[in-house]
Amino acid sequence: MAAVAESPAAAPGSASPASTQNVTFRIWRGDAAGGSYQEYTTPLDEGMVVLDVIHRIQATQAHDLAVRWNCKAGKCGSCSAEINGKPRLMCMTRMDTLDPTQVITISPIKTFPLIKDLVTDVSFNFERAKEVPAFKPKPPDPDGKRRMYQEDIDRVQEFHKCIECFLCQNVCHVIRDHEDNKQSFAGPRIFVRLAALEMHPLDTNDRRELLKAKVGLGYCNITKCCTEVCPEHIHITDNAIIPLKERVVTEYYDPLAWLARKLTSRDRRTGIVE
Amino acid sequence: MATETYETHEYDVIVLGAGGAGLRAAIEASAAGVKTALVCKSLLGKAHTVMAEGGIAAALGNVWPEDNWKVHFRDTMRGGKMLNNWRMAQIHAQEAPDRVLELEEWGALFDRTKDGLILQRDFGGHRYARLAHVGDRTGLEMIRTLQQHAVHKGIDVFMECNVQQLLKDGDKIAGAFGYWRESGKFVLFKAKAVVLATGGIGKSWKVNSNSWECTGDGIALALRAGADLIDMEMVQFHPTGMIWPPSVRGLLVTEGVRGDGGTLRNASGERFMFRYIPEFFKAETADNEAEADAWYEDKSNRRTPDLLPRDEVARAINSESKSGRGSPHGGVFLDIATRRPADYIKKRLPSMYTQFMELANVDITKEAMEIGPTCHYAMGGVRVDADTAATTVQGLFAAGEVAAGLHGANRLGGNSLSDLVVFGRRAGQCAAEYAKTVTSQPTIDAGEVDHIANGLLRPFDTNGGENPYAIHADLQDCMQNNVGLIRIEKEMLEAVDVIGSLKKRLPKVTVVGSRQYNPGWHLALDLQNMLTVSEACTRAALTRKESRGGHTRDDYPNTDAHFATVNIVIRPKDGELTLSEEPLLEMPDDLKALFEEAH
Repeated sequence: MAAVAESPAAAPGSASPASTQNVTFRIWRGDAAGGSYQEYTTPLDEGMVVLDVIHRIQATQAHDLAVRWNCKAGKCGSCSAEINGKPRLMCMTRMDTLDPTQVITISPIKTFPLIKDLVTDVSFNFERAKEVPAFKPKPPDPDGKRRMYQEDIDRVQEFHKCIECFLCQNVCHVIRDHEDNKQSFAGPRIFVRLAALEMHPLDTNDRRELLKAKVGLGYCNITKCCTEVCPEHIHITDNAIIPLKERVVTEYYDPLAWLARKLTSRDRRTGIVE
Repeated sequence: MATETYETHEYDVIVLGAGGAGLRAAIEASAAGVKTALVCKSLLGKAHTVMAEGGIAAALGNVWPEDNWKVHFRDTMRGGKMLNNWRMAQIHAQEAPDRVLELEEWGALFDRTKDGLILQRDFGGHRYARLAHVGDRTGLEMIRTLQQHAVHKGIDVFMECNVQQLLKDGDKIAGAFGYWRESGKFVLFKAKAVVLATGGIGKSWKVNSNSWECTGDGIALALRAGADLIDMEMVQFHPTGMIWPPSVRGLLVTEGVRGDGGTLRNASGERFMFRYIPEFFKAETADNEAEADAWYEDKSNRRTPDLLPRDEVARAINSESKSGRGSPHGGVFLDIATRRPADYIKKRLPSMYTQFMELANVDITKEAMEIGPTCHYAMGGVRVDADTAATTVQGLFAAGEVAAGLHGANRLGGNSLSDLVVFGRRAGQCAAEYAKTVTSQPTIDAGEVDHIANGLLRPFDTNGGENPYAIHADLQDCMQNNVGLIRIEKEMLEAVDVIGSLKKRLPKVTVVGSRQYNPGWHLALDLQNMLTVSEACTRAALTRKESRGGHTRDDYPNTDAHFATVNIVIRPKDGELTLSEEPLLEMPDDLKALFEEAH
């Protein structure tokens, strides 16, 4: 050992000697053809999150257990799953928020087709994103620079926090409970993206047709399930969906209102929920 | 083994990796009018760029009009202990501002100055506040902006598709071969040019800030295709990783904490960095707390030693902790709570606030963070031509962390995101230009492809009983203990032996389950790349008998005049690595003059 300060670290697969407590996970194993829950018991260390336990099970008992993850810090949105039925990021769910004396159930997110174990086919979200008309900026200021003021971009920056974990899509009952609606409903993630573009101070593109007819805004009856599960605490319903709904009403039928907003790049009609 | 038919695609340019460099390269190649594909190991938008926090360095001059590319160039070279490829450092400093403004043109929303321009923050080794940023989630803004731009340009994206081997037609690149993670089925790409944008190597160390993807694939692919590597001994240990609880050990704590006023303290509360100012940076570093604190507002003061380059700070933290003045879990304290108001901290560092609150039960607006060094970034990698990003193999290009040269012996914070877009763009442009000169699609040897495919399936037919996760854990222990922040010959020789024995264990790995989305199989294949990269790093580190930047040797604690003039170059020969010392590029006199000016 060189002169590097070192204290015990938890590698997947090795429990620290001091570990005394065990935990049992009931994990969905299977693919599109079928499957079942299987139980795994493994030692628990201080500070562990659900994803650490999954990794330890993978390293020691189930080498082929399929799970998506990347950053393990709540920044990439890869490890979405349903923990005791609640949609969460596994990397941000601490074991000490769960009762380790009870069996903990880990299931794949329900709204998208199963590939294997905890991995689902989320391509719906990527396909829907392709339909959104791109950002189209107005010309720069006469000196070639672009000026925007912090107070005008705060609300759009809130939408840009989205890590695309798709938990909002997963809990939205419009598509969770009605597979057919996926044809005509883009879902909260896409609404947040649309709101970000529509409220961008520099954007000039016209998305009224899409908003009115193609993304299914009208299906949303504002139950706020999406807002409740958002790990980035984006006020999806209040700050994105409701303003979009209002715009469809005022601007689709009043093109002058739309034009005025695009020309001034200011829109202070909508209060932001902090 | 029965041969299967492979799904086959034909492109002019394929880009491997969809972080900042890969996305930018694909956008540029596609814009040049060639048929382009982007191939990535994870879903689109999940690459390691998403974890970049503090910002993107560019001499925009929005906060300090005195800033310009020459100052940025000088900071980059000095931060890299002058081992950098000067031409890359020059291009980088000159083009970074345009690349940042281009991101804004594509919809990125950076934090603003009072005048409505892009705000810039202080960071280690940068003379002026230079990092354009979005709170502490700049990487997310960048990857999402590039991702959406690429999607709207209609570039074909192959997600969760893992390339295992580059294919050649004689001396030239002819394509690539890999597998779909979802199905385990193979896929063959015929391509005139390949851009490597595969990122870093941190997964070979136990304490690291990297995602599962950072297994050095591009470096290993390039080496197997016959390309040169340089500077493989230069690994950056970021000074501030989380250290407690154990499950988050290594997770990055942005340098922005110090850029926004945070300071390092030892167990007795002393701001110990004042005791660790090296001679090389003495003239430009404050030697007392009053001047250090005044520097944030008035750049006529000298910079706080909290913001010395990362290699210096990491060594200081290690030394302080080893001397018994550290924090309870073997690091030191990073304090912003006593230095900035809670509202300011939450606004500027929202991810850090959440990360510590949710994962460590620490409120950073009220208490100090406990931090220590974590393996973060590879300065070394594939040798490239500065202007074209071309490797030494015809038709093969590289950009971003996988490429070497820009950062020399140590990278400055913020210079990675700018590296991605500056050289990603150039790699895409030059790969497209090259592809246009190739008149017919190169020929691929079907027998070679079958041979590769059979090799990839071997772990399913092996009864050796080795567990890929156990081999990975053993490799991480080996590199952490023997080729870490502080190195010594005896331990590195031991590492060479251990890596040798792990290479012998690898063919005995047994994979259970099917080819469908099988992480055990994927790891078994990635291990080959991790072992290659680890061996290259260790042997280069043995060869450089001095201390410089990210490479610190207990047995050679000083810089050495001879090693100041050479790169350690690694080439493949008959399946083995050969190492040599080759002279650095000579810097022209007008740029040399920039280093003679007094600070």
